[in-house]
Amino acid sequence: MEKLILEASAKTPEVVFDPTAGTLLLKGRSIPENSIEFYKPLNDWIDGYAANPGAQTVIEMKLEYFNTSSSKCILDLFKKLEKLNGTDVSVNWYFEEDDEDMEEAGEDYQAIIKLPFKMIEVEEI
Amino acid sequence: MSLANVYSLYRTMEDENVILSFKGIVTAELLTSVLHIMETKMDSMQETPRIRKKVFNVLVECLQNLYHHVEESAEPTSKETLERKSALVLIVKEQDHFIVKTGNYIDVDKALELKDRLDMINSLDKDGLKEYYQKSLNNSMVSEKGTAGLGMIDIARKSGNKLGFEFLKITNDTSFFCLNVKID
Repeated sequence: MEKLILEASAKTPEVVFDPTAGTLLLKGRSIPENSIEFYKPLNDWIDGYAANPGAQTVIEMKLEYFNTSSSKCILDLFKKLEKLNGTDVSVNWYFEEDDEDMEEAGEDYQAIIKLPFKMIEVEEI
Repeated sequence: MSLANVYSLYRTMEDENVILSFKGIVTAELLTSVLHIMETKMDSMQETPRIRKKVFNVLVECLQNLYHHVEESAEPTSKETLERKSALVLIVKEQDHFIVKTGNYIDVDKALELKDRLDMINSLDKDGLKEYYQKSLNNSMVSEKGTAGLGMIDIARKSGNKLGFEFLKITNDTSFFCLNVKID
């Protein structure tokens, strides 16, 4: 299976999904007007990965901002990962110091999704 | 507009501490430019990262609300329908807080729905908003346009203040919706 690599843009995050390492990285900002379009290939990739996932899968969420259009797509992505069989799935949720909003956003998903979340405070994302 | 009125418009904006204003149709390009200008401005104003992020977040949601709202309305056929798509965006910087103000036309029946929603949002405290947001996030469907109906809840949460709003009756079937979001 191929890696999925997308460069960051002014409105979309950097994406590095690595099937060998079992790491799924989203980094930067996710504020597209229509997020469905952007998240479609990410969901498709996860469907492919589900057939033969690594022993461990870690989602690295390093988002600086995301809009409410993306928040729903991110939830759908987590729900897909929640259903993966044969792999330990966990989420590393990064937020910058004093960014209570991004910390709370992580807690929102934690309340809905049954995956282990690690909240990681960093100086700069 | 007479030349003297140009000055009076300028004067009003200056006195109201408006640091950025836009009137017209909110397109994807416009949205990108306004966000970029605001980020650069806030960098030079040396605002704390906390307030910078909050203002940016609220502005994204407000502008995208206006953008999707425009998409909803009919194709422009006349000067009148063109005006119906037009919106006003003002960003005000006071001593210790920012205010994002928006104004746009809205159908009277949609205005009633929106008013109920905003009253409901304003009746909730911080934890109530959190709960309402999580519930809406988990139950909402994303529309074709990619909107999830979470915008106003998110704006209220990020702002930390009650949302100011007013609906002005323009014609029998049209209102003008004014939103005032204070961020501190």
